[in-house]
Amino acid sequence: MSEQTLLASASARYVTGLGDDALVLAQRLCEWATRAPVIEEDVALLNVALDLLGQARALLAYAGELEGGGRTEDDLAFGRDERAFRNCQLVELPNGDFATTMARQLLFSAYQYELYTALSASSDERISGVACKAVKEVAYHREHAASWVVRLGDGTEESHGRMVAGLETVWPFAGELFEPADAVEVADVVAAGIGCDPARLHRGWLAYVGAVLAEATVQIPSPGGWVPTGGRRGLHTESFGYLLAEMQHLHRSHPGATW
Amino acid sequence: MSTSPDGTAAAPWPLWEVFVRPKRGLSHTHAGSLHAPDAALALQNARDLFTRRQEGVSIWVVRASDITASSPDEKEPFFDPAGDKVYRHPTFYDIPPEAEHL
Repeated sequence: MSEQTLLASASARYVTGLGDDALVLAQRLCEWATRAPVIEEDVALLNVALDLLGQARALLAYAGELEGGGRTEDDLAFGRDERAFRNCQLVELPNGDFATTMARQLLFSAYQYELYTALSASSDERISGVACKAVKEVAYHREHAASWVVRLGDGTEESHGRMVAGLETVWPFAGELFEPADAVEVADVVAAGIGCDPARLHRGWLAYVGAVLAEATVQIPSPGGWVPTGGRRGLHTESFGYLLAEMQHLHRSHPGATW
Repeated sequence: MSTSPDGTAAAPWPLWEVFVRPKRGLSHTHAGSLHAPDAALALQNARDLFTRRQEGVSIWVVRASDITASSPDEKEPFFDPAGDKVYRHPTFYDIPPEAEHL
């Protein structure tokens, strides 16, 4: 393969990872529909999901073009098996209670904010275009999650306990977000100025998340614990298969169904 | 309304009235109401509920309990006296033909 083709396929891998993150979290958040604590929050969570779905569509459509095999966004979303998904494991975690969902959202939206800010300067116009639009969306997701983390963390004894438990559940999975480029096979994409090295996003992320948690009177879980990994290489947690089954079943049972 | 873990009903969140300015130069207009525990979340909820389709560029939220409203019982003394005073409308001027946009 020529260098050009190799770079395109590395870019496709990279963009697929970004798109899968957004797609899978959108699917998870949709599980809150009609189940949120109040109707106002129901709409808010689904707004976030809808923003993420829009990002996923743009990114997966582009990933399909980069692959050069004619796969569409739908082919990628509904036609791949578990091992071909490159999303981080954080986004596939079950929703848990509302506090756990908000803890996961804070960690992920703060990461996406750093990511899209960096990608706004991508040398690839399609990627920078998506990033410039999405950074405003995720700035709001981050703020929304932060306001709940502070309210629950610095709320009643019950809500504080739930916030601490929720954060401890999701925290280990944040490590995977910042794995260096060469560990997740995107070093070439970073070197070409198309993508950014995930490891470089950690400092800004920690500054934001740390400030929110301090205000929420919730301690950052102590470092040195278990750090799960593998999502970017297609290794996923137990619950992911069930998520895919629900998300893909209609398309697979009735290929090409429209309404 | 939510229920706390010990089974008792939690106090409902207060009601807020939402006013949205559709674009610069126009006034804020009442858009609807919602429940929220405080002003900051009322503003966030209002953004999600009432401006998802680009309806606005600015939002006000006001606690419904802070609004003093006219009473339906006083409708007649309040509003009827204006009914026969058409001269309060600026419709008795001759408009010069040069003024195109009045």
